[in-house]
This record gives sequence, structure tokens and C-alpha cells, in this order.
Amino acid sequence: MGARQRIVIAKPGLDGHDRGAKVVARALRDGGHEVIYTGLRRTPDQIVRTIMDEDARFIGLSSLSGAHSHQFPKICNLLREAGLTDVVVFGGGIIPEEDRSALFAAGVRAIFGPGTPSAEILEFVEFASQRDCGVGSQDDWHWGD
Amino acid sequence: MQLARQLSAIENGEMQVEDTKGLIVAITGPPGVGKSCLVDGILHRLAPEIKIAVLAVDPTSPLSGGALLGDRIRLSVLDDDSKSESIYVRSIATRSSSGSMPSIVRGLASHLLANSFDLVIIETVGAGQSEMRCAAVATRIIVVEGPARGDSVQAEKAGLLELADLIVVNKSDLEGAERVVNDLTVSLTLTNDAPPIIRTSAISGEGLDELAELILSLEERNSSRRARARQQLLMAHENILIQNPAFDAIIDRMCEEGIGVEEALRKLDERPS
Repeated sequence: MGARQRIVIAKPGLDGHDRGAKVVARALRDGGHEVIYTGLRRTPDQIVRTIMDEDARFIGLSSLSGAHSHQFPKICNLLREAGLTDVVVFGGGIIPEEDRSALFAAGVRAIFGPGTPSAEILEFVEFASQRDCGVGSQDDWHWGD
Repeated sequence: MQLARQLSAIENGEMQVEDTKGLIVAITGPPGVGKSCLVDGILHRLAPEIKIAVLAVDPTSPLSGGALLGDRIRLSVLDDDSKSESIYVRSIATRSSSGSMPSIVRGLASHLLANSFDLVIIETVGAGQSEMRCAAVATRIIVVEGPARGDSVQAEKAGLLELADLIVVNKSDLEGAERVVNDLTVSLTLTNDAPPIIRTSAISGEGLDELAELILSLEERNSSRRARARQQLLMAHENILIQNPAFDAIIDRMCEEGIGVEEALRKLDERPS
């Protein structure tokens, strides 16, 4: 098991389905991490404020409403503006294949769709925690690259 | 930003802090009794005039060492831009401490007071009757009760209630709240310096103004002073145990080799802590 990380799991946008976010939060908890869940319908500003206050190293964004292409890059930008450049961003939910490269380019380091084994998300966290791949890093690596 | 990182360093034992005097209020009570909603109500009334930090404690899994920290969800006050600037909220996992109150919380609270916060509220893990460790950390204790707390004998039982500087009966809009207030009042009439009892409801707003006002002016009860010192000593002693470098290895040996508690204690003593 890797080192314990503080991870925020957030639901940006307006969809009200957080079963997936809760399952991921639970899997990370059972993997030995400290998970802060924000609850539904958070704005990018609220999410960034939570990451800052909680001194989290990872942020997992769940979106099922189709707003990911707007919300995820916005959060990446706000993190960089706030100087939280070492925070690692990952996402999940319903994210069509054709939207993913733009999200990776914006700074998202992994996207986990339905059916992802929870062990894979834990592997990602352990791997990314040892790599300089925060949202402000020039590294263009992403999970599954 | 800087502050959040410093708190992590304190939590991880990488930074020492000196005790700072100030108002540290623990809000404790059974799970689901409404502690988070009461904290939200207090913050709505006191911010932004008063700078408040909230340390919300949730349990660490004894199996995985992980934790799910969800107290922020109920703090709607953070969505109010005119108030959220003077509020800091941090979720804390109990980690390796045996009880519901990690000793490190005292250091975190001290650091926040030293950084111009006027009031630190500790929202404890949902606590049972004998969960008194918060007395070691907080300067005042508010015990929250709900409308369904069993028969009147429950109110007579010793424990956490005796340490309260204020008792709040929450969910007063629900049936049964009045009886709980009566039971507690009757029980406390036999006590020399009984704490005040108020009724609150996060739904109707009853009692929240009074609670917010009281929290700043609560007087310490003489009887709780000794209990506080006792808890501080117990906590300090437990810390020595947890920080012993052999602690985890000895637990492993207890599980795997079946060594007894007496022998485990001897082995812990053998090593320099």
C-alpha cells in the first residue's frame, strides 16, 4: 500500500447522481486514504476552496451531465491561478472518448469510466503521488498513456 | 494556503507548536444528532464579525487506515461569500489515536488561535456516554442531545453530560424533545453548578441565536476543571505509547505470535521511546 494521501472527491455541475462518486470515495478510503467528499452540485470555486482548505494532494471530479468539457478545465485553471500547482486532477463518470484528449491537455491526469476496477484507481493514486504530475506540471503524461 | 500546509505539517508531526490561549469549544454528542447543522447555524450568525476555524473530526478505519470525511457537506455557510472569507474548515481523521479525539487537535487549534482566529470549534466524532477525551483539548464543551435518548434514567447516568458547560437539545421541532429537556433539567437540579440547557432546531431556527451568543460567553464550571486535567494527562500518556517506534510491530506480534498484553507492555518498555 502506498503512502496515505488526502483526496477530495467532488461533484461539479448540476447532475444529482453521486453513487459513482461515493463508490470511488469508499474505494479510496478502503485503500488507506483520507477522502473528503464535497456533496452534490459544487461550483469550481467551491471545489478549489475545499482543496485549498483541506490541503489535498488529489482531486477526483465526477460528472454525468455532459458538462465535463467546461467544468474540468475550469477547475484546472483555477487551481493553477491559486498556486495549487502540485494537485493531481483525475475524473470519472460519463466522459465520451472524443472529449478526453482535450481534458488531458487541460491538465487532467486520468479518466475512469464505468466498469473501472477500484484497484486501478488506487494504482493510479500511488503512481501519480510519486511523479511530478500536478496540474501545473509541464509533464504531458496521463494514466493509460 | 500557507496555513493549510502548516496544519498538515503539525498533523504529520513535522512541526511543533506552542500552546496558545483562546476559546476552543468542542461540540459533541451522539452520531446524527445534528452537530454539523448546529455548527453551520453558529457560523451563519457569528461570521464575518468573528473569525472562526472549524476542526471537524471523523473516524479513521481501524482496518485500512483510511477515512471518509464528510462534515463539510452540511456547512452551507461556506457558500456565502460575505462570510466564508472569515471561516476556515478542516476535516481531521482520528488516525492512530485510540479515542475520538486525536491529541494533535490541540496543536492544530493552538496554531489557528495564534493565526488570528477568535474561536476554534471542534466538531467531534459522534460520541457515546463516556467519550470524554475532548475535555483534554477544548476549553469549553457543548453536549448535544436529540429528542430520542431513552428513558429518564439515561439522564441520571454519569459520564459526558457531567463535563458539559452547555447542554443543547437539538431537533426541538420533533416529538420527544420537551421530555428530554425535562429529564435533563430534573437530573441537573441535584447538581451544584448545573450547566444551562437550551433547545435548538436547525429547521425552525429556534434557539440558534441564543446558542451563537452563549458560545462566546460560556463560563467554565469548577467541577469540570479537574476532569479536564485528568483527560489531558491520559491523552499525554497515550501519546507516548502511540509514538513508541515499536508500537505497530508489537501489535503485529500480538496478532501473529499471540503474545499477551503484559508481555507486549514489557517489550514496549524495553525500547527507547
